[in-house]
Amino acid sequence: MNKTVNIMLAGVGGQGVLLASEVISESALKEGYDVKKSEVHGMAQRGGSVVSNVRFGEKVYSPLIAEGEADILLAFERLEALRWINYLKEDGIIITNTQRIDPLPVANGKVDYPENVMEKLEKTGHKIVSVDALTAAREAGTQKAINTVLLGALVNYTDISSEIFEEVIKDNVPEKTIDINTTAFKSGLNSV
Amino acid sequence: MKELLSGNEAIARGAYEYGVKVATAYPGTPSTEILENVVNYKEDIYCEWSPNEKVSMEVAIGSAFAGARSLVAMKHVGLNVAADPFMTLSYTGIKGGLVIVSADDPSMHSSQNEQDNRHYARFAKVPMLEPSNSQEAKDMVGEALEISEEFDTPIILRTTTRISHAKTVVETGEREESEVPDEFEKDPDKFVMVPANAKKRHPVIEERMNKLEEFAEKTSLNNIEWNEKEIGIITGGVAYNYAKEVFPEASVLKLGLTYPLPEKMIKDFAQEVEKLYVIEELDPFLEDQIKAMGIEVIGKDKLPVTFEYNTKVLRDNLIKEEETKNNNNEKVTEDLPKRPPALCSGCPHRSVFYTLNKLGVTVTGDIGCYALGVVPPLSAMDSVVCMGASIGNAHGVELALGESAKGKVVGVIGDSTFMHSGITGLLDIVYNKGASTIIILDNRITAMTGHQENPTTGKTLMGEDTPKIDLAELSGALGVNSVQVVDPYKLEETEKTIQEELDKDEISVVIARRACALLKSVEIKKPFKVDPEKCINCGQCLELGCPAISQGDGQAVIDDYLCTGCEVCVQVCPVDAIIKDGDSHE
Repeated sequence: MNKTVNIMLAGVGGQGVLLASEVISESALKEGYDVKKSEVHGMAQRGGSVVSNVRFGEKVYSPLIAEGEADILLAFERLEALRWINYLKEDGIIITNTQRIDPLPVANGKVDYPENVMEKLEKTGHKIVSVDALTAAREAGTQKAINTVLLGALVNYTDISSEIFEEVIKDNVPEKTIDINTTAFKSGLNSV
Repeated sequence: MKELLSGNEAIARGAYEYGVKVATAYPGTPSTEILENVVNYKEDIYCEWSPNEKVSMEVAIGSAFAGARSLVAMKHVGLNVAADPFMTLSYTGIKGGLVIVSADDPSMHSSQNEQDNRHYARFAKVPMLEPSNSQEAKDMVGEALEISEEFDTPIILRTTTRISHAKTVVETGEREESEVPDEFEKDPDKFVMVPANAKKRHPVIEERMNKLEEFAEKTSLNNIEWNEKEIGIITGGVAYNYAKEVFPEASVLKLGLTYPLPEKMIKDFAQEVEKLYVIEELDPFLEDQIKAMGIEVIGKDKLPVTFEYNTKVLRDNLIKEEETKNNNNEKVTEDLPKRPPALCSGCPHRSVFYTLNKLGVTVTGDIGCYALGVVPPLSAMDSVVCMGASIGNAHGVELALGESAKGKVVGVIGDSTFMHSGITGLLDIVYNKGASTIIILDNRITAMTGHQENPTTGKTLMGEDTPKIDLAELSGALGVNSVQVVDPYKLEETEKTIQEELDKDEISVVIARRACALLKSVEIKKPFKVDPEKCINCGQCLELGCPAISQGDGQAVIDDYLCTGCEVCVQVCPVDAIIKDGDSHE
């Protein structure tokens, strides 16, 4: 593979976006690629929009994905899919959790959550893979496994084997949640 | 072994591999994880969280004077705090190698300014290295220690957020042990900076700079990647990566040692290429010096001085033909509701800001999670400048406004920030007879940077038990007569106490004590729910700005996953519509 694969993850603080990008990066390294991943910590994490950039390929320089460069936008919440869509390249794919999480100004009734987010996403012409990760995660045993459900869905669109992903997930989640996360991952894998 | 490490993890690994004996820091984004990872090597490296960066620096200086390889890490603004010892450290030089890691934050992801700390190298006349990925970050710790010892100088290792928090592949190695003398070797001419000695040291420093300039010409830290000569690029740090991706055909002079500069190397490179770009984030630090060499370059005339770069910034500003196409997506992303960060559900700071908003007082704030007290609907913060500023600021506001400010000025500061640099501010108000009310938000941890221990928590970085500083006793010892401790989850008591202290014509301290809701030791209670029969949709609970509460269809709704059962909303509801939920947490 000569070209660098760019995966942008977007979600809400607390959804496990950073753990998911960790799993993708570690898996890409195990598959033999050069990898870079970038994100921000601190103030940026307190319940606000969270973004992580993962890039892998033969040789990767920039740790950041620029606008119009992402092959895949893995969104943990549908409004966040819409917010970061400009980062997708023309033939880029959106994989999005259909969940709605109200930003504080919406929760306070100051502004409205945009109508028809999914329709707006469809209109962009990008291929859209929508996953009800919240339901799948709850069925697997905990809402916290949203990230592993989405990783399962993502694997279908990368050159990295699902076995490697599964192995890395096991290394990265608390031991007592391995079974739940494996179930969640498989449910995401089969949802596509 | 090949590992994926962040720049911070790599620097910690470098400290281990290159024989560092003592490492110190005060937490600050994006530098925090350096010491959090050094502690993994605590068998070989003594490490500590100091109360502030100045103390961190002084501890590292002492250790380097005694001959041990030492490392001190801080965020960019931390070096302002440590600048006093740092500037004179340049004069004394060291005995054991001393690396000062300055982690800058272009774009201010988690900072109050985006100052370019490369200027500190020039200001203090010390050398500076800048890695462009984690492998270099690790290797440069070793190279920095060697330069430090060879030239008898402290050295800056300067990173930026996209180095500190980007994970890239690193080949790790084994530890090389370093030697420490058995006893302190006296050398007052060098280490005692009384004027007579300092006068002798300044020429030594100038001579050291000359030697470092010669070194810059031959070190492999600076190298030229020859390619086509139509475009030449001088760059360093993270910007090197963006330059390589946008101009794969260009020749690149990559600077690892970014101060002092290799003048001859730069002149030779400039002569060979047709067009010369200098690509660096923030200030024209390299550019100004290169222009002063009489070389024409394209730099900040086209590239921004503000915010971090990426490949798009370079393309948009340097490659005109490729101006970004009109993107269809732009319309759909317009006017989306913002998702600003907010105080977490169950955060003990929330009720304090709710109360301050209600009381309509002027609030001088400080650095920490609680700076989010400025976000609506709490909207209860009127200033934030730097660590510890809240207390002096409160006093100043009172002085300026006189009688009309009486009982209306509150300074708000966290426990760790108070330890960092609030103590002297409080001393000032006591000494100069001010009457502000200072609220110490004591959430039992340094929260913003991800839960680090501090002098009030009873634990050290290395996990040992240690005496806890008692904030109430400390305030009393500083001369504050009126010190109150409240539980911020008790809304009425909190308001009553703050009002009482505001009414007093003397300095008073209110300690709002309740552990951060994210601490593992904090029990998450059963969630609450809104009784739809009782809710009158008045919006009172929404004024708390709690992420667990939202406006539903004709009534408020509580998210049982986010609710921590803190019961603060129960106390603001005028009709007792918020009740215990039967369901337990997952």
